[in-house]
Amino acid sequence: MKRTHDMGGDTDAGPIDRTEHAMDDWEVLADALNQVLGVKGIKCTDETRRAREDMDSEAYLSLSYYERWIASLETILVEKGLMTREEVDRKVAELEERWGEP
Amino acid sequence: MAHEHEPGEEHEAGPRHELSHWAKRAYAMRDILIEKGVVTEADIRQQAEFTESKTPANGARLVALSWTDPEFKARFMADPKKVCAEMGIDASTLNEFVILENTDKLRHMVVCTLCSCYPRPILGRPPDWYKSFNYRKRAVNDPRGVMREFGLDLPDDVEVRVHDSTADMRYLVIPARPPGTGNLSVEELEKLVTRDSMIGVMDALAAVPE
Repeated sequence: MKRTHDMGGDTDAGPIDRTEHAMDDWEVLADALNQVLGVKGIKCTDETRRAREDMDSEAYLSLSYYERWIASLETILVEKGLMTREEVDRKVAELEERWGEP
Repeated sequence: MAHEHEPGEEHEAGPRHELSHWAKRAYAMRDILIEKGVVTEADIRQQAEFTESKTPANGARLVALSWTDPEFKARFMADPKKVCAEMGIDASTLNEFVILENTDKLRHMVVCTLCSCYPRPILGRPPDWYKSFNYRKRAVNDPRGVMREFGLDLPDDVEVRVHDSTADMRYLVIPARPPGTGNLSVEELEKLVTRDSMIGVMDALAAVPE
């Protein structure tokens, strides 16, 4: 069966929105992190793409572009044993504590 | 959860605002990778700066030179990565790099239906519309309709070829040289070569009359 990411030729498409959004800092980070880990040979494009394509349909369609990148990068780094999901959870809690209320 | 937006549309949140679940995890993963010595803060910053330095101006130069110098164009089309290296454009991260030339009767249009593969070393980061679900869906079965939306109405006798990029193969279109530009310098011609014309959804800009 065709999976969600394989959308070329789907007939349920509307007009193309050509407005550009200014990248947020975390998106610049997501982009750079993905590239730099590739350059260092820690992961390759095919691996993160596979993780992205394995996402369930609801997640794939609801997350933004760089959210999908980060989600797939986390999957691959966890698979490779470079970190655990719990470590990321703990670090998020630590950062939230440090940042305080937005 | 139904999603009403294209990817990349809803990005009001910045570090000064409430961050999304995944944005927070991006910062958390960065800190963990730095703590473990996998990457340094400088690595990440330099990578971001390297990416920022890649703009469609790279592609515009290659196209303008191809318009003015047939020998250059022949070499560029035969071995694009080598010619990029000679020009000081680092295209080494591309595996296969293919140059497509538009003519009066044949047009090329580039998409990545599966995600967002794009000749980043030559054109920089892809525009949001290139990554949008609607472009990914429609480029392969309605390329003429897509071009019409961009402002280009093609006659029926012009053939359209759509090229679907992969992780291993990236494309750059050489748009047709606009008429009336015979006396323009390479630098002047570069200004007519837009990003979208090198993706193939538009023509190069018309020459501005004196």
